[in-house]
Amino acid sequence: MNIFCAGLNYKTTSLEIRERFAVSDDEMEKLLRHFRAIEGVSGAAILSTCNRVEFYVSTLCPLQALHSCHSILQERIGVDIPLYHYSTPDAVRHLFRVASGLDSMVLGETEIFGQVKNAYSFSVKRGMTTRTLHRLFQHTFRVAKHVRTETHITRGASSVGSVAVQLAEKIFGNLDLCRVMILGAGEISERTARSLQSRGVRSLIVSNRHYDKAVALAAEIGGMALHFDHWEKNILDVDIIISATGAPHAILTVEKIKPLLKQRQGRPLFIIDLAVPRDVEPSINKMEGVFLYDIDSLQKIASDSIEVRRQEVVRCESLIEENVKEFLRWMKNIPLSVS
Amino acid sequence: MNHLPLLASTLFYFLSCCWAVLSFRSGEFRAGRFNVITIALGVIAQSCFLIQQGEINHACPIRTLPEIIIFLSWAIGIFYLVIGTTYRISLMGTFTAPLILGLQSIAFLLPAEKIPSMIPMNPWIEMHAALSLVAFGAFGLSCISGMMFLVQERQLKSQHPDPIFHHLPPIRILEEATIRLLWMGLILLTISFAAGWIASHSILGLKFWISLLIWGAYSLVLFLNQKHRLTGHRLALSVIIIFFFSLLVLPLIGYVSDLALR
Repeated sequence: MNIFCAGLNYKTTSLEIRERFAVSDDEMEKLLRHFRAIEGVSGAAILSTCNRVEFYVSTLCPLQALHSCHSILQERIGVDIPLYHYSTPDAVRHLFRVASGLDSMVLGETEIFGQVKNAYSFSVKRGMTTRTLHRLFQHTFRVAKHVRTETHITRGASSVGSVAVQLAEKIFGNLDLCRVMILGAGEISERTARSLQSRGVRSLIVSNRHYDKAVALAAEIGGMALHFDHWEKNILDVDIIISATGAPHAILTVEKIKPLLKQRQGRPLFIIDLAVPRDVEPSINKMEGVFLYDIDSLQKIASDSIEVRRQEVVRCESLIEENVKEFLRWMKNIPLSVS
Repeated sequence: MNHLPLLASTLFYFLSCCWAVLSFRSGEFRAGRFNVITIALGVIAQSCFLIQQGEINHACPIRTLPEIIIFLSWAIGIFYLVIGTTYRISLMGTFTAPLILGLQSIAFLLPAEKIPSMIPMNPWIEMHAALSLVAFGAFGLSCISGMMFLVQERQLKSQHPDPIFHHLPPIRILEEATIRLLWMGLILLTISFAAGWIASHSILGLKFWISLLIWGAYSLVLFLNQKHRLTGHRLALSVIIIFFFSLLVLPLIGYVSDLALR
């Protein structure tokens, strides 16, 4: 019995093509049945995410599986796309790498683990797996968890938005009750606000020199718009300030913040200054209970994390290699009739 | 007297400290079960020692200065196992183990001479003494929590966090843990004072006033915190200063008080 994998991902195809290949739940069931009907194929699973579409099958004849795979897909979207393909042991290694986040666009991201799990359970629920595939996926989940806990492949945050979230969580813990004020309705502040929202932030205030822009952004992210003349009075009630205005000089100074801090009753204030030139006087960071990060420091943390992750790849690969060998030993010992 | 359990507990705390130092040095800091397990084993060994001493004394094992210190470090260990693990702040063990190891090392060095003032024991005095030590166990752990707060705050202020940053809990959680431990300690200390008052045990005036000063200092910290007059940073600093002040002054007062009674 062989494990065969074919597919396309962000490295081999553009977004336009991946969009055409994306498989919805309804189509997935149909496709799975098509694959199962291929001669020699006993089980199948499809992994479809925004960055990849991959087919995993247990088969007696990988070449036949590849040809049929091509023709099924060509029939589906009308064009012939070259697929990458692997058979045992490379297919096993590939799945282990994918689930561990080593093949992801953002190295070490963990979302893919859940997506692999969903692909497997979809196939199980429809009775499309075999003992080999079942064992392969179970082993994959074990490997991915092992890689995540034994190495630093998921260490830190890899984008400005996720660094901001991580820092906010290290200050406030749970972000559910945190109130955020956005100064400047630009794209970068919107992205950062959305990252915070994804971790539980519910209360958002948007203030911009052009009020209409503040209203538009507030409507888009479910916040509240505020006239730019009033933002200073509202600092008392907020926990996080995201500032990205186009002001030529600092709008948040020690003189402005100092009297307000006394009234904040010791609550910490996290200021994210994404503007260039900076909106916030750097000496504010020296004040008790205030944590200031500018765009450079956030980017530095993100790039440090990516570097740490890169350095971990060798360790991850060696862990994966051990597990590939272990899985192949298991495969060798199962009789053909039950695989 | 069998010192084996005491040696074993010291060894467990030493292992916990070594693990922390090695982890820090390798830059792959990982708080985990090792700290919890070694401290739990340390506490079990300490418990064996204290039970044994209790049987020998036919009283609470706080009749010599080393016993008092071991009792105090045992209380800190117990509080860590209860609070540190439930608050998901297992890293607290890394800070707890060196403090307990330091206290136990001092206990080893001190002569195991019975404290005269503790000889005529009655249940109220025993309760007073034991509860005071348990209260200081809670204060000790709040001091550790305060230290962790300052470390994490420094990490956040630095804008270039080290690997330890990822393992330390949020500063708000640390502040919350510090306050809860302070409340626990203060309540226990108040009960212990009440027990001492019921016992009508005569003590040196200086000891009374210093004890009252410490109680007052902890009460003031909690009062200011309730009134939102204390930032997390100042709260952490206060609990560290008061605890180390108590650690230095109380044994000294005890010693002076014993000299006066001799």
